[in-house]
Amino acid sequence: MTVLGWVAISLVLAAIIAAAVPLGGFIARIAAGERSFLHPVLGPVEHGLYALGGIDPARGQGWRGYALAMLAFNAAGFALLYALLRCQDMLPLNPQGFAGMAPYLAFNTAISFVTNTNWQAYSGEVAASHLSQMAGFTVHNFVSAATGMAMALAVTRAFTAGNLRQLGNFWADLVRMTLYVLLPLAVLLGLVFVALGMPQTLAGFTQATTLEGAAQTIPLGPVAFQVAIKHLGTNGGGFFGVNSLHPFEGPSALATALQIWAQNLVPFALCLTFGAMVGNRRQGWVLLAVMLGFVLAGTAAVYAAEAAGNPLHLALGVDAAQGNMEGKDLRFGQALVALFTATTTGASCGAVNAMFDSFTPLGGLVPLFLVQLGEVLPGGVGSGLYGMLVFALLAVFLAGLMVGRTPEFLGKKVQAREVKLAMLAVLVLPAAILGFTAVSMVLERAVASLANQGPHGLSEMLYAFSSAAGNNGSAFGGLTADTPWLNTTLGIAMLLGRFAYVVPVLAIAGSLAAKPKLPESAGTLPTDGVLFAGLLAGVILILGGLQFMPALALGPLADHFTLLAGKTF
Amino acid sequence: MTLLRPALAILVALTLLTGLALPVAMTGIAQLAFPSQANGSLLQRDGQVVGSALLGQSFTTPRYFHGRPSATTEADPENEGKTRSAPYNGAASAASQQGPASAALRDAIVERLATAGVATGLGPVPADAVTASGSGLDPHISPENAARQVARVAAARSLPAAQVAALLASHTAGHELGLLGEPRVNVLKLNLALDALR
Repeated sequence: MTVLGWVAISLVLAAIIAAAVPLGGFIARIAAGERSFLHPVLGPVEHGLYALGGIDPARGQGWRGYALAMLAFNAAGFALLYALLRCQDMLPLNPQGFAGMAPYLAFNTAISFVTNTNWQAYSGEVAASHLSQMAGFTVHNFVSAATGMAMALAVTRAFTAGNLRQLGNFWADLVRMTLYVLLPLAVLLGLVFVALGMPQTLAGFTQATTLEGAAQTIPLGPVAFQVAIKHLGTNGGGFFGVNSLHPFEGPSALATALQIWAQNLVPFALCLTFGAMVGNRRQGWVLLAVMLGFVLAGTAAVYAAEAAGNPLHLALGVDAAQGNMEGKDLRFGQALVALFTATTTGASCGAVNAMFDSFTPLGGLVPLFLVQLGEVLPGGVGSGLYGMLVFALLAVFLAGLMVGRTPEFLGKKVQAREVKLAMLAVLVLPAAILGFTAVSMVLERAVASLANQGPHGLSEMLYAFSSAAGNNGSAFGGLTADTPWLNTTLGIAMLLGRFAYVVPVLAIAGSLAAKPKLPESAGTLPTDGVLFAGLLAGVILILGGLQFMPALALGPLADHFTLLAGKTF
Repeated sequence: MTLLRPALAILVALTLLTGLALPVAMTGIAQLAFPSQANGSLLQRDGQVVGSALLGQSFTTPRYFHGRPSATTEADPENEGKTRSAPYNGAASAASQQGPASAALRDAIVERLATAGVATGLGPVPADAVTASGSGLDPHISPENAARQVARVAAARSLPAAQVAALLASHTAGHELGLLGEPRVNVLKLNLALDALR
């Protein structure tokens, strides 16, 4: 680790917070239907969309109506994307002449993009036409992110007042978040990305003749715009197979720093949106501070492990100065790789600028653990905030148990129904992750997908299901994921992680919304102070993390200790 | 029905807007404002495209500086369904995905050390010289890695080592903005400059 590296990390984090402050307030105003400087241009588009869909944006929906609208929209999105991928060979803008995607792969990929996971069982430059990248992936990068934001807004509204029957209008939230928040940011960032070297063309690949006379393919396409929203929407599905490591998708250290900035911006801003909407800005800052604390700890752990290098290789006589460089490109440096890694997994983005499979065991443990904690640090666009609120409810519940009082959060009593629903949501992750991993590890056809042997093989499988169920999308990439078994089971894990999680959360919101908002009393546990921040961090670690400890001990930790003993596989 | 109409209408309309109109408009702006970057930062010599400033390419002869090991592959024409090694294959970016305790990776590093590790009196072999990059297309090597290759390149070209070293120094970039990333050498650009010395 170097001082310069930590200065770079601090500056990127400062830039995220500096932009999240105004953006958080802006999102709150847009969510309330207020006009902004963008309305003269985008207002007519918004109203055109409502007219087309027969939508009255002012008509509120209860939690069931809100959830049904969300599910209907996602089902339609899945069907259209599946059809597009299957038929891409018959559609225009396919300059490389890629075949239609096979059924299992198209199923997995369509679910992956609809659920904001963006797991890549395919490799972009060998399997997806320009039309699929644009009208398929780019669109879902916008709307799956906007869906997450909408659900976070619905949950937030439950705390804004007492005796509420409605959580807002899903269609209005979806359209407003897409048009006024994600779209302008993506356009600006996309242009910056072109300037930094990312291609943006509808032409096909071109050929070069290298200095030694060989032919080299230069893969081109509409990269920059898709990459901009891929990070802003914490989607993470790369235009290219190696994601943000590809020199056309991560052309420089500055580009990678901007991607880190983009993938954290909205999740952090939404904490402040929450504070603004519930009328307690300190509460928003407390949530943000807990997230930031975990991000810093995760970054430090990856940075330390990777900068120290792989002891097996150092023993062979490799210079330790650069650290572990297998699976990394030179231009980013270990500091930005560490920050990217901690935030892409903490933030449920899933883009990568280094290959986790080749990380040192402890370096690879960090992204795996951050995904398993439920991706609330800072979490995906929207899903981070509502996931964090579930943990906050559980934290006040535990505190209430300890002192024997009825727990409250922001004036809403947290009772048996909410806690049961919260546990239902929280248990989806271990059930999907550990269940599918366990079954896969005893199935011959699943184990055949592993690229590495020994404990690292278990880490590969565990990471895949953690990433899918957590809707992250990053991978220990050695795993051959494009098989019928993994395409199907990972697809199901993604569906469970998204919808089996958020429907109970919306039910909690509906139940809390209907309760009166109680005034604070002497017996209320303040939830906007340091004490609560510590409690929340503890609940996340214990509740979110403890259930995975045995699996982590058999995977990355065993990997670490056998490596120290000099054993290879 | 009350759900179907808004779901389909919004989905189709947003697909047209964010999936077609905007990418096409962005492409138009990019092609006008940044034509070089938007088309892959291509490098030309004598009117012929020799590569991209952002993509590494395979160098094997002693006359050129060599890039990092690359794990990219291509379809094996003699063995259907299998792949074979094809370093710096621009059509299929890939990493080795070998884990930290991989025996294959350790053996590969031992083998690379045997070639990259020839005694130069310049200290231990830098990691980037013996590890495969993440993209398989890494355009850069570290200044330390390049310095170890100066004597070989100079001998192969019958040039004074000092001249090659000076060229290397002028092609070495520091931290971006004095802060981000690592010092590095773009191998293709350096080799183009070498060829231009003649």
